[in-house]
Amino acid sequence: MVTVAQTETAASREAKPAPLKAASVNLNFYYGAFHALKNISMPLHDKRVTALIGPSGCGKSTYLRCFNRMHDLYPGNRYEGEIRLYPDDTNLLHPDVDPIEVRMRVSMVFQKPNPFPKSIYENVAYGLRVRNVNRRSVLDDKVEAALRGAALWEEVKDRLNDLAFNLSGGQQQRLCIARALATEPEILLFDEPTSALDPIATASIEELIGELKTRLTILIVTHNMQQAARVSDYTAYMYLGELIEFDVTDTIFIKPKHKATEDYITGRFG
Amino acid sequence: MALRQEIGEIRAMIARHKRWDMAFALLGLLALMVGVLTFAALFTQMAIEGAARLSWDFFTSFPSRRAAQAGILSAWIGSVMVMIVTAATAVPLGVGAGIYLEEYAPKNWVTDLIEINVTNLAGVPSIIYGLLALGLFVYQFGFGQSVLSAGLTLGLLILPVVIVATREAIRSIPGVIREGAMALGATRWQTTADHIVPYSLPGILTGVIIGMSRAIGETAPVITIGALTFIAFLPPSPVQAEPPFLNFEWLLSGFTVMPIQMFNWTSRPDAAFHANAAAAGLVLVVMTLSMNALAIYIRYRLRKNIKW
Repeated sequence: MVTVAQTETAASREAKPAPLKAASVNLNFYYGAFHALKNISMPLHDKRVTALIGPSGCGKSTYLRCFNRMHDLYPGNRYEGEIRLYPDDTNLLHPDVDPIEVRMRVSMVFQKPNPFPKSIYENVAYGLRVRNVNRRSVLDDKVEAALRGAALWEEVKDRLNDLAFNLSGGQQQRLCIARALATEPEILLFDEPTSALDPIATASIEELIGELKTRLTILIVTHNMQQAARVSDYTAYMYLGELIEFDVTDTIFIKPKHKATEDYITGRFG
Repeated sequence: MALRQEIGEIRAMIARHKRWDMAFALLGLLALMVGVLTFAALFTQMAIEGAARLSWDFFTSFPSRRAAQAGILSAWIGSVMVMIVTAATAVPLGVGAGIYLEEYAPKNWVTDLIEINVTNLAGVPSIIYGLLALGLFVYQFGFGQSVLSAGLTLGLLILPVVIVATREAIRSIPGVIREGAMALGATRWQTTADHIVPYSLPGILTGVIIGMSRAIGETAPVITIGALTFIAFLPPSPVQAEPPFLNFEWLLSGFTVMPIQMFNWTSRPDAAFHANAAAAGLVLVVMTLSMNALAIYIRYRLRKNIKW
């Protein structure tokens, strides 16, 4: 559903794109000998939502996980090329850049809600505790702000000390978003955040993503093309580790330049 | 329609097939009962023989030449002290090694070799540990035939159990929990201390207690390093009234433990001592079973809050 206002903003955005927050430059990625990402160059516009779509195994999640160096946790993984983060123009993949520094700036929400088996409060506070924030008054404020930011505060404000596992799936996922927000990241990565949720919980997460982009830059992997169309400003179509097409979302969905993109979007393939 | 059978034939066939169900159920029950009934018989006999000797005095008396006055005071206190040293040895070493292998060790052939050997260590006969300890702790390190030597020996003996239990407990934590912590900028150590250890604690504690309940009944290695079989004194108390309040002389004291006290009594010709042995056996079995019960309780309590 594309409203008039949305087409207008899309058109004006095309004329004058948002400034860059990050860009991958000739990014290659290898799982051991397997060449999973091939020469991907793509911008990430500041305070915009960029969606990654494509069939299973096309490398969307692999690409997303380069942005917080998640691949560094496992042996045998190798990056080539750069991901430049602006405004300081740091290459996130440079061997001298500590992956922990990257994760302090770029946060992530996973496919399945993965709250820690701790209280709601401690889940949100964990990222702050890792940053040596331990003063109760500061924690209280930031936890509340993060939970409000994730549209969860009203539902949990009276039971912050309850176990996070007692929340519903959708609430757990919003808790994970709050946990990521609490540390005020510059970029938030979403790896199919609604694939384990029912349609109502999905709608609330999508609405939330729309609010979050006023504050930070979002990169989202999704299996659901309607979701990409609903939430994103830019869309990238990937296939077999290659970036086939990147453009403003409306262009991708209305008149893509490549036949392969059109086939995928119209459901003739994948 | 040659395949279609008469309903009577089908029923007869099913009845024939089901005979095997019955046959296996009986066989399985028999197999189970061999174990359960043997244990029940042993335990009952021990209870009948020993029950008469169980009294407050039995726990508070030293062994004696007169069976009716003999007790297990030095044995149970010795067992408790040895177990304290065993736990103090096996828990930090075993849990540390387990965490290192799961969270830090690079995945290569050296690690694989270490893993295989840790598993194999669990199968080494306990007397071998006794011999090693006799040479190393008793003579080389000069700890003598003491509580310390025995505790260290049994600590080594259950180390593989603790390592394996730690690793299995850690492996049961889903990878997304570890990734979730790391994605927030936590270091490996922060992830380990804040998440991995707390969430694997139920499994680790269970492994530690199972290991301890094995150690408390071990006899061979303790005999090898020279536990005394007749001992009419207690090691010095670990706590004292005057500063520094703690006293570590007990570590180097001679000692005996429950299974050795039993062994001593069963080897006497006088039947009255056999009753003492049975009573001590009862106490030992109850000690072991209550440790296992504690393990089950801890696991139940701590896991209530953790469901993946």
